[in-house]
Amino acid sequence: MNKTYGIVAAFNTTPELYQACEKVRDAGYSQWDALTPFPVHGLDAAMGVRRSKVPRFSLAGGITGFCTGMSLIWWANAYEFPLVVGGKPYFSPMFAFPISYELTILFTAFATITGMFLLNKLPMHYHPVLKAPQFVRASDDRFYIVIEASDPKFNPARTRGLLEQVGGKDIAEIEE
Amino acid sequence: MSSHPVDHAAPAILAEIKPAVLPRRVLVENHRDFHWITEKICGIVEGPTPVWWWWCFGVAAFVASFTVAGLTYLVATGVGVWGHANPVNWAWDIVNFVFWIGIGHAGTLISAILCLLRQKWRTSINRPAEAMTIFAVVCAAIFPVFHVGRIWFAVLPGYLFPFPNYNGIWQNFRSPLEWDVFAVSTYGTVSVLFWYIGLIPDLGTMRDRFTQAGNLLKARIYGFFAMGWRGSNRQWSNYEMAYLILAGIATPLVLSVHTVVSFDFAVALIPGWHTTIFPPYFVAGAIFSGFGMVMTLMLPLRAIYRLEDVITQYHIDCMCKITLATGTMVGYAYSMEFFIAWYGANPYEGFTFVNRAFGVYAWSYWIMVTCNVITPQFFWFKAVRENTTMVWILCLFVNCGMWFERFVIIATSLARDFLPSSWGYYSPSIVEIFTFFGTFGVFSVLFLLFIRFVPLMPMSEVKAVIPQADPHAPGHQH
Repeated sequence: MNKTYGIVAAFNTTPELYQACEKVRDAGYSQWDALTPFPVHGLDAAMGVRRSKVPRFSLAGGITGFCTGMSLIWWANAYEFPLVVGGKPYFSPMFAFPISYELTILFTAFATITGMFLLNKLPMHYHPVLKAPQFVRASDDRFYIVIEASDPKFNPARTRGLLEQVGGKDIAEIEE
Repeated sequence: MSSHPVDHAAPAILAEIKPAVLPRRVLVENHRDFHWITEKICGIVEGPTPVWWWWCFGVAAFVASFTVAGLTYLVATGVGVWGHANPVNWAWDIVNFVFWIGIGHAGTLISAILCLLRQKWRTSINRPAEAMTIFAVVCAAIFPVFHVGRIWFAVLPGYLFPFPNYNGIWQNFRSPLEWDVFAVSTYGTVSVLFWYIGLIPDLGTMRDRFTQAGNLLKARIYGFFAMGWRGSNRQWSNYEMAYLILAGIATPLVLSVHTVVSFDFAVALIPGWHTTIFPPYFVAGAIFSGFGMVMTLMLPLRAIYRLEDVITQYHIDCMCKITLATGTMVGYAYSMEFFIAWYGANPYEGFTFVNRAFGVYAWSYWIMVTCNVITPQFFWFKAVRENTTMVWILCLFVNCGMWFERFVIIATSLARDFLPSSWGYYSPSIVEIFTFFGTFGVFSVLFLLFIRFVPLMPMSEVKAVIPQADPHAPGHQH
């Protein structure tokens, strides 16, 4: 019943992890990941991870926020209940700007965070690597590479061999 | 971000001229490693509650009760219990509001603007500074909400938030006060979101450590808020992008918030308020007061928790220098206001400024100048910056001075406006004094809870700035 989720190898330093990631990337794996206690500078390139798509969410949020501000103020003060204040126009983008500006920022913030959660598939309170005891150190001071069994190139013996060859320590299989 | 390969390809001329190599400032001293950082920061939360914490918490809760009592009395009786009367109908409530909201600005400056400027020293102080921001916004929000007296009016449709009232009339969106509602509520919301996003990896660390220690209840609680974070690089990639964007939008946000706060005054016609210098002047003052408060909070914490290796002398130097720079900008703004009052040849404006310095409120004006212009000048001296007790005392003067700045702007201008027949003198009532005094307790209670339950520093960010985090060969400089 307990299917293999993947094979994991540990690394003690960032240079070791960095070089190992380059080799795993060059070996053609796609379903794999590096677990690190902090964002390692340049590791995206070493792993072949493409630029994050979070900014698309942010842009959509920002545009929505700005339009919400402008249309809310036009609708409320010029259309639904035209409000005369000091003989000024019912609507002008000038006085609507500060609120639209704040709403742009507010909506961008929510969209960015929503985008980050969606792309990272969070919250995900159950995950095979969270169950494995050695990963306590992945949020402390050690670095791991996990190659998933779902990867088309995955082969228990050969994948293990690759991780040994790139300098991985404490290589182990983890269960689903 | 991925400009590494480019860095290695140095132009050939560099080999000939041999430029001096400036050593990178060490941000964590004594060659501490990753595990030391985890132990140090998590140890604060995991260890037993210190005795001093209970004493401070007790005192803070007692002080906070003054705000509760003051506000209860206000709501039960009416705004008449405050000292406001014609012509000063805006007094300590708006002074306290601007004071607290200004304090918050340093937190966002540290977390957002310094992030964009790649000032890596921010990592040690950004978490407590952001916490300070949030708690300062909480204290600030008390005043505009309660100054209406009947607080249910603050939330009923038709007053603050954009819903029409019972006659179908909407808010006047031309009013800077309405802009302020949006600015401050956006600021509070985005500050909380930014703070929380920064916390997620550290909450994951706490969850893993409590799981390992067998404390499953705490592991569940921290785990719930950690959202299942597992530190995978594919997650970090999105996370870092989100963090960068949040920093990118929090920067214009923080500048806009105090700008909008200054519009509350600058858009009015009262002499002394109706000036275009207000937005930059208010923003500089806000950052100045905020750094004063950051150091007021961080220097004792550094001493109590022995954090000298992570909050180094270099960090204190940087904070002192920002305080000096912004304090000097504020001093420049004071003198420029006087210059424009004379150069603008508006008799009311000219009178207002002479009255500020030599009129009935001259005492508050000179307290302000002493605290805000003279105090920071001590930070020119290295010996002062290296004496933490001295720095702490100077920061108390900064905090005090910035409160008086808002008092001077608001009370002197209103007490002596266009018509001498409507002049008056404002003094606060005991209820106002209690309410304001108590907000320091509210702030301290929140801050003490933060120290006790939340990792004090962003471990993942501090780890990322130590030399071992560099993924390239050891000894490689770039």
